[in-house]
Amino acid sequence: MVANQHKMEALADRLSEEDPVAGRSLWADARRRFFANRAAVAGLGILLVVALFAAFGGLIAQWSNEELDYAVMGAIATEGAPSLSNGHYFGTDDLGRDLFARTVQGTQVSLMVGLVGALVAVVVGTIYGATAGYVGGRVDSVMMRAVDILMAIPYMFVLILILVMYGRSMTALFVGLGLISWLEMSRIVRGQTLSLKNREFIEAARATGVPAVTIIRRHVVPNLLGVIAVYATLLVPLMILTESFISFLGLGVQEPLTSLGALISEGAGTIAYGTIWQLGFPLLFFCLTLFGFFFVGDGLRDALDPKDR
Amino acid sequence: MSTPLLSARDVNVRFGITRPGDMPWTKPRRLHAVNGVSFDIMPGQTLGVVGESGCGKSTLARALIRTVPATGQVIWEGREDLLALSPRKMLAYRSDIQMIFQDPLASLNPRMTLGQIISEPLRTHRPDLSRDEVRTRVARIMDRVGLLPQMINRYPHEFSGGQCQRIGIARALAVEPKLLICDEPVSALDVSIQAQVVELLQELQRDLNLAILFIAHDLSVVKHISDEVMVLYLGRVMEAAPKERLYTDPQHPYTQALMSAVPVPDPKIERTKTIIPLSGDLPSPMSPPSGCVFRTRCPRAQADCAETVPAPGTDVHRCACLHPGPLSAEEVA
Repeated sequence: MVANQHKMEALADRLSEEDPVAGRSLWADARRRFFANRAAVAGLGILLVVALFAAFGGLIAQWSNEELDYAVMGAIATEGAPSLSNGHYFGTDDLGRDLFARTVQGTQVSLMVGLVGALVAVVVGTIYGATAGYVGGRVDSVMMRAVDILMAIPYMFVLILILVMYGRSMTALFVGLGLISWLEMSRIVRGQTLSLKNREFIEAARATGVPAVTIIRRHVVPNLLGVIAVYATLLVPLMILTESFISFLGLGVQEPLTSLGALISEGAGTIAYGTIWQLGFPLLFFCLTLFGFFFVGDGLRDALDPKDR
Repeated sequence: MSTPLLSARDVNVRFGITRPGDMPWTKPRRLHAVNGVSFDIMPGQTLGVVGESGCGKSTLARALIRTVPATGQVIWEGREDLLALSPRKMLAYRSDIQMIFQDPLASLNPRMTLGQIISEPLRTHRPDLSRDEVRTRVARIMDRVGLLPQMINRYPHEFSGGQCQRIGIARALAVEPKLLICDEPVSALDVSIQAQVVELLQELQRDLNLAILFIAHDLSVVKHISDEVMVLYLGRVMEAAPKERLYTDPQHPYTQALMSAVPVPDPKIERTKTIIPLSGDLPSPMSPPSGCVFRTRCPRAQADCAETVPAPGTDVHRCACLHPGPLSAEEVA
């Protein structure tokens, strides 16, 4: 009884404390759910490893990505195989360049293409979609019909045309990917904005006289971030895939730069000569990256899904 | 007689309805949501607005704060017509008229903390206030509506419905408005919490000399809080009178039918009283009946009701009926 009384007093003290209690935001809830999801955490781990490989792999490499190893040249199938003794951990490519350094470079380029493409989609798509959805009416119709028209154009065709017309540069590739990546995003954001717009807290803000731009920034976008985050993580691998496809066709990233897609293309070309590692290592990193992003995207979607709440 | 805080004259709200599949040049169909509504609200008084779902109560409230386009006049303190102001000039009056909403949780942004929610109107209307002043004011208003100060960093989903409604009230009162529009503030709450919220509103009204426009479909709550009551049907005023007169001596058949449907917490009376049944459904507001809009369901409808639109008049006790008066036993049966 005495102990109980102490407990009760402690409880009363705690309740009457003046310290503000930090509430648990929906973000904190989502984070907890995300880290409880094993597949998602594994995906995040894979991505971390790939990112570390891309960032610091160059420090481990014994060879630079431009050097030709004259010792193995002409006998790649026998001398150029992966080996620890001569420093070619992943073997060499057809010309005698170190494949480890090449894969590091390719991963860097592929990740950058994916992230930049997704970033353009997030920024442009969100602003465009949220504006169209919030303003509504005729403005919305015109803006979304423009998106429909752009989507109706076969983008691969346009992308290839751009690359052929303006030269096969990284800039042209980024511009091409950026032009198409935001379309789907703007549609998703607009749809979500439409359903948010009639919620009472938006109406309350409008009744108080909060300016439209502030409402979009303070009330609409924070409530969209969940959807945007999920879609962006799923968009990164799609961008990487598109870039790889273009590079596989030989139109994308050009020598001396390379990407995972270009490396896979080279590896696939020499597969008949018994140099399977030239295909294997780039392909491994390609698959790891894609798996990682898809798992993280799925985990985010489960963690942020409002229906689960 | 003093000037009313707000006096609405002949307020109309019309929506154009375009159906999917309509061509861009097809004329949209008209929906007359609020039709010629007039009323006065005195400082510190409460006007109750009752009516069925879809009769234009909420639309009327939204017309006053100009979130739906309306025509007519809404005179503020005998000076300015709010409906004629430019959006920029209207901004100055937005802090004088605040609103609380039906669904307490939906009216709060789930990503913002309680402190951010309550301070939003202050940050919008009083950019001159420093951070500390805003914090003091928020703390004061939270204390005023019965929220503990340590709740300030919490999120709406961590609160109960009643507490959320208190947050809504705190947000509305942060900028010290003169008129509070309550759009069914208690319909989504438990009965016991309803009583608390209504008590809180009355207390605040006394202390701050607030005028309240109280929208509800629960006649007993409206009776408890209002000074004057206005009955709407299909966007038109059926009857409006000071509370005592309306509840003891309703003239319009519709008001009488509404009153008879209110349950009485006394089994003896409840068993003997007659409920006036209204046949049929609410007519579509797209094609309201000619003449008196209530005639299709009125137990006393006559031939002339289909021809003349009854005017509510300008008395203290307004009644828009060609044949007012208590319903007799035969008419009820």
